[in-house]
Amino acid sequence: MATHPDPIKQFAINKLLPLDINGVDLSFTNSSLFMVATVVLTSAYFLWSTGGRGMVPTRSQSVSEIVYEFVAGMLRDSAGSSGMKFFPFVFSLFMFILIINMFGMFPYFLTVTAHIIITIALAMAVFLTVLVVGFGRHGVGFLKLFVPSGVPMLIMPLVIAIEIISFIARPISHSVRLFANMLAGHITLKVFAGFIVSLSAMGTVGIVGSILPFAMTVGMTALEFLVAFLQAYVFTMLTCMYINDALHPGGH
Amino acid sequence: MSNSHRQGPLDERLKSLDKKLKESDKGRTSSERKSDNVNFSNAIRLSTEFVVAILVGIGIGWTIDRFFGTAPWAMIIFLPLGFFAGVRNIMRASGLQSGSQSENTNENDDNSNRD
Repeated sequence: MATHPDPIKQFAINKLLPLDINGVDLSFTNSSLFMVATVVLTSAYFLWSTGGRGMVPTRSQSVSEIVYEFVAGMLRDSAGSSGMKFFPFVFSLFMFILIINMFGMFPYFLTVTAHIIITIALAMAVFLTVLVVGFGRHGVGFLKLFVPSGVPMLIMPLVIAIEIISFIARPISHSVRLFANMLAGHITLKVFAGFIVSLSAMGTVGIVGSILPFAMTVGMTALEFLVAFLQAYVFTMLTCMYINDALHPGGH
Repeated sequence: MSNSHRQGPLDERLKSLDKKLKESDKGRTSSERKSDNVNFSNAIRLSTEFVVAILVGIGIGWTIDRFFGTAPWAMIIFLPLGFFAGVRNIMRASGLQSGSQSENTNENDDNSNRD
């Protein structure tokens, strides 16, 4: 099966600039390259497009404004206007994940978010922000988050245990969702594309038959673009909701 | 005979049902159809929410067992707790239950309509 491409190979990490400091591997890898490219591209675009500051926005400026309004609306609806303090954080998260996912859609490009270490780092950043802000603002009162109102005292310990488990599950599900969707989508895409190659090696019948996986690959590619956007959207929306919990534990 | 007799009221019923359907559809177009985006993102959420809570329950049980040598007992207690947490997560994420942590599911719907 030499013609069969390895569907996992696309996620391989290559060291571009090997760097080793005291046994800690700090190499600049292709993963780092894509992250740097994402940050540079996003920052450059927003600096360039908002540079004119026109009352009547140009096309590029209105794209920036639409993205701003989209994320700001999401945050304001979830966490209220006091949540807007976290807008830079939430907006950076959204743009970073969105652009990195879109970079992953290019052939031969690495999908950085298909590595769980990246998504864990992003989710932990959100989780720690929620913890620090929650305890910083409310002190012990933040623990009210685990005590839902209107529960009989008898089953209260049980409910608190359940709430704590679901709180701990948050950063894990937050990161696994993004990682698993990107990984599974790209592997499926690669496997179906691989079918075309191995089928068309079987002669005329194979070439005719490979139309099916080809159609599938085209459809999957469109779906992957949708997933790439939706994952960024879901990640950001949940971040907004978690920030809301940090600001208003125990409901309003 | 009996056929035409039955068709009269049936026709009327059909018409009134049609009207009702159209009316409910009108309400849908503005408020629900555009929130497909939100529905899809909810679907993506639900798939992980449940499994991860169970895994966390297992993890907590396993860790306690390991450190206190209470072989299967902590796991036996925490596995169902994780399961309940998973069910609660799903109910919360789908907006069936307005827990303390999710009052925004509906507000988010409104948000996506606007954009």
